[in-house]
Amino acid sequence: MTGWIDRALEEHEQVEQVRRGSPQPAPGTVREEAVLERIDRTRRARPRVREDRITMSHGAGGKATQSLIEAIFLEAFRNPLLEPLEDGASLSVGDTRLALTTDSYVVSPLFFPGGNIGDLAVNGTVNDLSMTGATPLYLTAGFILEEGFPVEDLTTIVTSMAKAASDARVQIVTGDTKVVERGKADGCYINTAGIGLIEPDVNLGVAHARPGDMIMVSGPIGDHGVTIMLARGELDIEADVVSDTAALNGLVADLLDATTGIRALRDATRGGVATILNEIAKAADVGVLVSEDAIPVRTPVRGAAELLGIDPMYVACEGRMVVVVDETGAEPALAALRAHPLGAEAAVIGQVTAEPAGIVQLRTSFGGTRIVDLLVGDPLPRIC
Amino acid sequence: MRFVDEFRDSDKARALAAKITSLCEPGRQYKLMEVCGGHTHTIYKHGLEDYLPEQITLVHGPGCPVCVIPMGRVDDAMALAAEPGVIMTSFGDMMRVPGSNGSFFDAKARGTDIRMVYSPLDALKIAKQNPDRRVVFMAIGFETTAPSTAMTVLRAASSGITNFSVFCNHVTIIPAIKAILDSPDLRLDGFIGPGHVSTVIGCRPYEFIARDYGKPVVVAGFEPLDILQSIYMLMLQLSRGESTVENQYSRVVPWDGNVTALKAIGQTMELRPYFEWRGLGFISHSALKIRDSYAAYDAELIFKVPGVRVADPKACQCGEVLKGVLKPWECKVFGTACTPETPIGTCMVSPEGACAAYYNYGRLTRTRVKEASRT
Repeated sequence: MTGWIDRALEEHEQVEQVRRGSPQPAPGTVREEAVLERIDRTRRARPRVREDRITMSHGAGGKATQSLIEAIFLEAFRNPLLEPLEDGASLSVGDTRLALTTDSYVVSPLFFPGGNIGDLAVNGTVNDLSMTGATPLYLTAGFILEEGFPVEDLTTIVTSMAKAASDARVQIVTGDTKVVERGKADGCYINTAGIGLIEPDVNLGVAHARPGDMIMVSGPIGDHGVTIMLARGELDIEADVVSDTAALNGLVADLLDATTGIRALRDATRGGVATILNEIAKAADVGVLVSEDAIPVRTPVRGAAELLGIDPMYVACEGRMVVVVDETGAEPALAALRAHPLGAEAAVIGQVTAEPAGIVQLRTSFGGTRIVDLLVGDPLPRIC
Repeated sequence: MRFVDEFRDSDKARALAAKITSLCEPGRQYKLMEVCGGHTHTIYKHGLEDYLPEQITLVHGPGCPVCVIPMGRVDDAMALAAEPGVIMTSFGDMMRVPGSNGSFFDAKARGTDIRMVYSPLDALKIAKQNPDRRVVFMAIGFETTAPSTAMTVLRAASSGITNFSVFCNHVTIIPAIKAILDSPDLRLDGFIGPGHVSTVIGCRPYEFIARDYGKPVVVAGFEPLDILQSIYMLMLQLSRGESTVENQYSRVVPWDGNVTALKAIGQTMELRPYFEWRGLGFISHSALKIRDSYAAYDAELIFKVPGVRVADPKACQCGEVLKGVLKPWECKVFGTACTPETPIGTCMVSPEGACAAYYNYGRLTRTRVKEASRT
């Protein structure tokens, strides 16, 4: 009856057995530090999927998503190109370095203030390519349409896609269409894949972060997620906020021109900035220390997040990125970001530290210090 | 942002912290319990303990609605949800609470119709929209949320909606505090009183704590400065050897509570003779059920509820954590078998649970904070 608990306890026993090799502390003398080290070890253990079935958490971009990717997909497909689990893969074809990525879009509602699923599908994939440092070139578009979906809506979506592609200077060069029976999908899902060119001297990745590096965001966080949440009309909250969906390739090009010190770029989509910071800490085995006061959040987003009890740090953006840059590159990087319309409100939010490795700390506005962990559960499904 | 930033001012915090430190008698250790899980959440989320001298320990109390729900009640709710035609509804916090056969989320993935709502009125709306289904609202929470459940039952009755019922799990805070005061495990110096509960019940019900047990109580708000000020007020009483009930949260909490809300509760609900609390066991007169006059809205009467008592997993020490006997990290399975993504105990589920708050925000000792500032 309590199968999953037994399994969890079994795992616990395995961790305990390792500990039993060392002398046991007397009861009542368990030190907090020792417990924290044990937890750190547990967290480094290989992730596994405990659930018998997929839950919404597996799509939320947090811990469950990570477990699913690492335990199921990476396990089956493992190869050196996939293993870094970056936003896109970097491939060499002859002397040319290419970036390749794919992303599916299931956002609900399909139309929201500031955009729709169409421009989201183009911008998202352009951004995934850009985060590898590539210049995005060509996109594919796959549509899964539900029987009964209005052609007028499809036309609007496709027109937005065309405009977004033209703005981002990419071409949609191949595609696919499938229609499923009414009730088997929610109107329209879109998959886009993209290919881009990486310059020979560009080599980005969150694993490259080093103590002393500076961490920036390219603008206020959480606009997209809060917009979607309010657009669903379930909350009876109104706020003056629109999605930040935008293609970041122009901004990234300016940034890479300004300094050779860029270590990593990540667009803060599902799971938000908090998730990216955790990925940096884990991949590079470093600490990350950010300051709440320094993180730009628009007032309506803060207000809505306060009311709903969610943390803007975990709310998705669709046109914002986190930049890791070495100390000397920090000044030109910030200047380059701020000189571009999409980066006008860019800010340094913190830095990379040596210790405690794998952990993201936040100096709160109140003046305390706390951890920022990966998101658990799913406050907001189908954000993109 | 107005009405928020004023209550998170770090200069004021530093000034208060200095006053608090100056009130500590040398060599004396102070244990103050924040009864409410909302306070626990604020304390960790803002890193409030960084301001406190080492002589003061904050002990996390039982006031977390999700944490006190025993596994048997979750199983009962699952059985209700599986009845033909039922749409089960509950607050988001409830969705991940483990029953003996997984959580609501797991049941949802298996095809049971379980929906998250923000208010019981949303559940009533679902009932209106689905006249051929039977909508059950799993009501949880202390006196804070009981009025909204009561109002919903009244609304259902006045608008003649018959396919809506409540699986009532409302609990009351005073018996839990009393159980803690009577527990020999713990010696507390004072209480940070629950703010939200007090907006409904007022401050009078705490008077016995000051009078009979000689412990000061300060009803506190939920912003970090509220809590710091309440700690200061408690320390001031302790330094003078006093014990009274004070209201720090007077901008929201009326001394006599909210009579309209209390009346709505009284009209639709009555005390149960006893109720099982997770980790604390059966406590008499500690929970509410739907009154007989509203029996048509009582899911426990409409459906067959198994009502089987399920023992907590042996390794789980939620009870000790809820009573404040153990710090979250002192639990045997904390952070290894029991984590926010795979919680065994309820305290690891709700953002108001002490274990979840500590795991998500507080997993930092002072040494670790120092290490980070060195680099």
